[in-house]
Amino acid sequence: MTDVRIAGVGLTKFGASPERTGRDLFAEAGLDALDDAGVDQDDVEALFYGNFMGELAEHQGHQGPLMAEAVGVDAPATRYEAACASSGVAVAEAVKNIRNGERDVVLVGGAERMTNLGTAGATEALAIAADDLWEVKAGMTFPGAYALMANAYFSEYGGDREDLAAIAVKNHENAVPNEKAQYQREISIEDVVEAPMVAEPLGLYDSCPISDGASALVLTSEAYAEEHDLDASVAVTGTGQGGDLMALHDRDFLARSPAADEAATEAYADAGISADDVEVAEVHDCFTIAEVLAMESLGLFEVGEGISAARDGKTTREGELPVNLSGGLKAKGHPVGATGASQLAEMASLLRGDHPNSEYVEGATTGVTHNAGGTVASAVVHVLEVVA
Amino acid sequence: MSDDETYDAGYDDWLDAVEDGEAYYLEGPDGDGWLPPRRVDPATGSRELTEKQLPETGEVETFTVVHVPTPAFEKDAPFATAIARFGPARITGIVEADPDDVSVGMDVAVGVMETETTGDRAVVFRPK
Repeated sequence: MTDVRIAGVGLTKFGASPERTGRDLFAEAGLDALDDAGVDQDDVEALFYGNFMGELAEHQGHQGPLMAEAVGVDAPATRYEAACASSGVAVAEAVKNIRNGERDVVLVGGAERMTNLGTAGATEALAIAADDLWEVKAGMTFPGAYALMANAYFSEYGGDREDLAAIAVKNHENAVPNEKAQYQREISIEDVVEAPMVAEPLGLYDSCPISDGASALVLTSEAYAEEHDLDASVAVTGTGQGGDLMALHDRDFLARSPAADEAATEAYADAGISADDVEVAEVHDCFTIAEVLAMESLGLFEVGEGISAARDGKTTREGELPVNLSGGLKAKGHPVGATGASQLAEMASLLRGDHPNSEYVEGATTGVTHNAGGTVASAVVHVLEVVA
Repeated sequence: MSDDETYDAGYDDWLDAVEDGEAYYLEGPDGDGWLPPRRVDPATGSRELTEKQLPETGEVETFTVVHVPTPAFEKDAPFATAIARFGPARITGIVEADPDDVSVGMDVAVGVMETETTGDRAVVFRPK
């Protein structure tokens, strides 16, 4: 089985650019990834593309071929949709495609245009990732769903709003030097705790912003990378995907994310590593509580102990296990269809040593990315390692 | 009613039943409880699902107060949304109470309300 190399990465700046079309966003990220890889677009054999709300935001379905055209790739193109895990799933499929020998060069990524919908419109669009009949019709929003999980977590394991606020503060601090991040500014615990409520106990600063943006990776087989003398030192060595029941109320656990447990177990086994080997992580912190659930599912902290990790300094950039050095969804932004692949782009840069925060993980060889869809009814985990 | 006149068989049938005082759930072979429409028990994969009477009293397991709603609930906010357990089945609903008075462990009955914003039907929990 071939290693799958990350030959190039590309990201637009995440933020509010309501006038920019999805095709323009993805073209920028895709072309940057091709340039970073030094791979000719004629060598790309397929596009795997993630997008969630294109029909609602741009009245645009059938986005695969549109995005291939935008980036100048004449190859089969397919869109993957798994809510906020859309491009994480696209990466997982691309990795398998290269591993099974089907293709040697694949462009994978995602894009989302959201801010043109406004806050109410984006809230409505995001809500369709939940069970429409039994959750959305009962007034549930996405922040509301994570708030239900946060309160369930507090009841079961303890913790409070200040524990969660420490996560937001940490991720904002990490985003300051990241030019791709939506919010390059620090915030305080007081800012978080005193911010307007979205869905109690989650306030405005517990929540990721509404964002526009795109991400792309050029993935190649090991043979192609060697043959073309590519500078592709980081490989995707493990991939895993898990699933759960759609509605939160039908799950066994209200304060855990078993789909991500499954994804992590599968990805670690695939890579031949354990949680103890992980030196740095990019996780799906769409809300502060989500980072806690993610870290516990990844086995980086025991169940019930992830809540205090940021407050105790364990996951800060100077800590023993930095989490979300990119700024995370919280501060880097969350153009949902772009997020999963963007996590791998950030992690590859961190491990290659060319990320503005690489100094905090100098010498690190193993990182994980965790991408969740819905209230973690979909989860994708990837293991990235320095192999050359 | 809003412009959305779609009738969702299973869901709307269940709301009708609740309004008639005949709330039910679907029970799988291992005693797990679910809401319709379903042909398969997610816990066992069995196709043997039996309609059972929903217990009259449920208990709130977790809740949130939604301040930023979807457009369909614009005039309803802020409101408390909760997950309550009725025997083997859990349900998500809006709590018909001052959000400050909602707590984990409170007893509720299930009902159907019309939302202020659209007049659409929604599952409601009434404190007991």
